[in-house]
Amino acid sequence: MSGRTGPGRRVLDALVRADSVVMTSLSLLCALAVGAVLIVLADQPTRTAMGYFLSSPGDTFTLGWHAVWSGYAALFEGAVFNPGNSGMAVFEPLSNTLLNATPLILGGLAVGTAFRAGLFNIGVQGQLIMGAICAGYVGFAFRLPPVVGLLAALLAGVAGGAVWGGIAGWLRARTGAHEVISTIMMNYLALYLLSYLLGVPGFQAPGSNQAISREVSDTARLPQILGPDLRLHAGLVIAILAAVACWWLLSRSTLGFSLRTIGANPSAARTAGMNVERGYVTVMLISGGLAGLVGCSQVLGTNHALTGDIDAGLGFQAITVALLGRASAGGAVLAGLLFGAFGAGDVVMVANTGVPADVVSVIEAVVVLFIAAPALIRSIFRLPESRGGAAGVGQFAKGWNG
Amino acid sequence: MKLELRTITKRFGSVTANDRIDLVVEPGEIHALLGENGAGKSTLMNILYGLHRPDEGQILIDDAPVSFGGPGDAKAAGIGMVHQHFMLVPVFTVTENVMLGHEPTKGLAFLDRRRARRRVTEISHRFGLEVPPDAVVADLSVGVRQRVEILKALSHDARLLVLDEPTAVLSPQETEQLINVIRTLRDAGTSIVFISHKLREVCRIADRITVIRRGAVVGTADPSASEGELASMMVGRPVRLTVDKVPAEPGEVVLDVRGLSLVGDDGVVLVDDLTFSVRGGEIFAIAGVQGNGQTEVTEALVGLVKPTTGSISVAGRDLGPLSTGEILDLGVGYVPEDRLRDGLVGDFSVAENLVLDLYDKPPFARSGALDLARIEADATARVREFDIRPPETTRAAGTLSGGNQQKIVLARELSRPLKLLIIAQPTRGLDVGSMEFVHRRIVAERDRGTAVVLVSTELDEVLGLADRMVVMYRGRIAGEVPAGAPAERIGLLMAGSAPDDQAAVPPGDVASAGVR
Ligand SMILES: Nc1ncnc2c1ncn2[C@@H]1O[C@H](COP(=O)(O)OP(=O)(O)OP(=O)(O)O)[C@@H](O)[C@H]1O
Ligand SMILES: [Mg+2]
Repeated sequence: MSGRTGPGRRVLDALVRADSVVMTSLSLLCALAVGAVLIVLADQPTRTAMGYFLSSPGDTFTLGWHAVWSGYAALFEGAVFNPGNSGMAVFEPLSNTLLNATPLILGGLAVGTAFRAGLFNIGVQGQLIMGAICAGYVGFAFRLPPVVGLLAALLAGVAGGAVWGGIAGWLRARTGAHEVISTIMMNYLALYLLSYLLGVPGFQAPGSNQAISREVSDTARLPQILGPDLRLHAGLVIAILAAVACWWLLSRSTLGFSLRTIGANPSAARTAGMNVERGYVTVMLISGGLAGLVGCSQVLGTNHALTGDIDAGLGFQAITVALLGRASAGGAVLAGLLFGAFGAGDVVMVANTGVPADVVSVIEAVVVLFIAAPALIRSIFRLPESRGGAAGVGQFAKGWNG
Repeated sequence: MKLELRTITKRFGSVTANDRIDLVVEPGEIHALLGENGAGKSTLMNILYGLHRPDEGQILIDDAPVSFGGPGDAKAAGIGMVHQHFMLVPVFTVTENVMLGHEPTKGLAFLDRRRARRRVTEISHRFGLEVPPDAVVADLSVGVRQRVEILKALSHDARLLVLDEPTAVLSPQETEQLINVIRTLRDAGTSIVFISHKLREVCRIADRITVIRRGAVVGTADPSASEGELASMMVGRPVRLTVDKVPAEPGEVVLDVRGLSLVGDDGVVLVDDLTFSVRGGEIFAIAGVQGNGQTEVTEALVGLVKPTTGSISVAGRDLGPLSTGEILDLGVGYVPEDRLRDGLVGDFSVAENLVLDLYDKPPFARSGALDLARIEADATARVREFDIRPPETTRAAGTLSGGNQQKIVLARELSRPLKLLIIAQPTRGLDVGSMEFVHRRIVAERDRGTAVVLVSTELDEVLGLADRMVVMYRGRIAGEVPAGAPAERIGLLMAGSAPDDQAAVPPGDVASAGVR
């Protein structure tokens, strides 16, 4: 037992036992380190310097450091604060971050809530597309008064997503069809339906031969909340409200209690008299509804019209956000903000420095890899299992299998 | 192998599970560990097996200090362990589970299934522990799973074998077999650490006994000590080892089961045309070796499985169309036999587990919202009443000792107004002090007029508690036995051989029992 427990190890030990916040931060740090290596490798001057590394090693380090520093500085400027800006433009990076974060938070809540009930909803893509189709259609097909128009469109969007998610939940409850399979299939259905609709007269923008829908009328749009110059819209408010609602649902409501029980131990749930099948349908309705809100945020707030790539990868990023946020409502908000910031900073980093855009994708992927594999982190730092037995890892794995 | 543990200390937050424990196990010795629920026995053994790292202390094997990073190291050092809770992979077959970690391979990496299977059958015969080698573990009853666990530990040719409550789910016959296996192993030089709450078997097989209380060694005892002495040494006060009760005063029929049959998915008849009724104010016991249909009967009584044929009614209500939730709401309490799988959510707090089937009813919920303060207050009261240790309501139930987990389930089911209590293996894993308490609670529940169905493989428990009892064998009632019948006869019935004398009254002759 001696030798293995140096003071450093002890600190790390305590950290890992402490809480998941530390684990998440460690993962983020690891990911940034991996990103730094990629930046260095992608940087032409540094690579040249590596060619004569033995004669002048200092060059490699100086140039490499410079590349990493300027890359990450640009990332920060694009996402949070740019000292070069003035006036309202000071808020532009933050506005972009929040704008990006809005659908991510909602999507993270969708995946996370289902996850808590033991279901792995990878159908956010399809559900948000259905939400966007319904919200968009109500938004451009009817001329409704202000407020009413927006509410009607939102409601339609939620309903569209909820039905799409609910079908997968119903299939799981009724036939045992695994939700991972059924939601993937339904993603394709939604995608093809969308591309079909975008060619249908009355849905397609008039006079256009492009795959784009009519524009949502202005009474159905989510208002911009930081003035006309910044693109941030009220979708963020909806996302925050949804997060609060999810938190309440999961930790304070009887419905949430039964959903969590079903997720943690379905046979105990059944023995305690809970209706596991009904729980699956309910949670997929909720999850799909939240995904529908992602569609609303995109078509009523950010874009105002449907295109073939309304999803823009959000459906799958939502899974990453939920994992990083550990399937909790607060976690989804924080993770959504982080990935939102990455998305906003990414653009500036690519524009101002030579860093390829893929670096940010890799960082995001690596964070999640580490989160989804706490065992990996433990073995990298040679840490013991935080709880006795294989409970921790097993529990996590169970979540994936539903 | 000689094992020495020196001043082992282990803390979990505020709880000191092991407090400077010293323990020496000599080669070829059966060393029993006794102690209350939560005394720290399993923790100590988990440390030995490399699952926990001690905060202080040293492990010496054959007088040389060792340090285990994980169970792999411990196994390599010749230590085998049967854990208190199953460590089997449910979706694997028995053979796969036993061979997991040291699979025989063909060529480079191909599993040699045939050889694996042969090896499993061979050791299972050698030790007289029958298991179906090709069955999937998830489909097995707890008793059979326990045998698989033991085989798994034996298959490693361990020189030190740790058995953490291996007999908790075994029938008397199986326990006998296991005791023989253990003795054979001991005589071959294997050292054995044996943990059990069943004092009688401890006295029978132990060479030495160490008693632990609240994490610290309180003394050693000689196997010739009486059960009463051991019990009071463990608990720190005198314990009554027999159940006190007045004769039952049966009331109205509460539970009426007619022609109940259950056929499994694979067409196997699990329960075969069962008919019985239970009145309020009496304890009706179903004895029998694990896996003879008792589990399925209890599951049918709460609607978890629907009868293939036959009917069940509670207080005149036919259960046919009712869901489990509705049945529980009729005033049915249910303690499932497998607490970790069906009775508890390990990740949930003690408080949450205490309301697992009441969370949506007043006073714990109001219009869809949980009343957390109320749940917490109730949990504090339950924890005190049932002496759940450590007395922290926010702790995850999965981190409590086995006996304390059982107390959570009991506390939940016994704390609401009941008409019918279905209770399977109520004292499995409980120490003698808690067992005394639980038995008193069951009798008190009966005296309140509740009909009690007790399913137990423990003969002593059945004999002590039951007002009427039947023995189940292969899905049928092998016979109804009057209270006070000698244990040996019941044992014979449990083994499937009905003796000719009067031990088994032909079912029809017993008043109030309508067994076909
Ligand atoms: N992983 C853990 N995390 C936190 N506390 C734990 C953990 N494992 C055990 N404990 C605590 O340590 C104490 C000793 O538990 P242990 O399981 O060793 O008891 P035991 O003697 O085996 O009891 P039983 O007879 O009920 O099985 C208990 O209070 C328990 O709650
Ligand atoms: Mg134990």
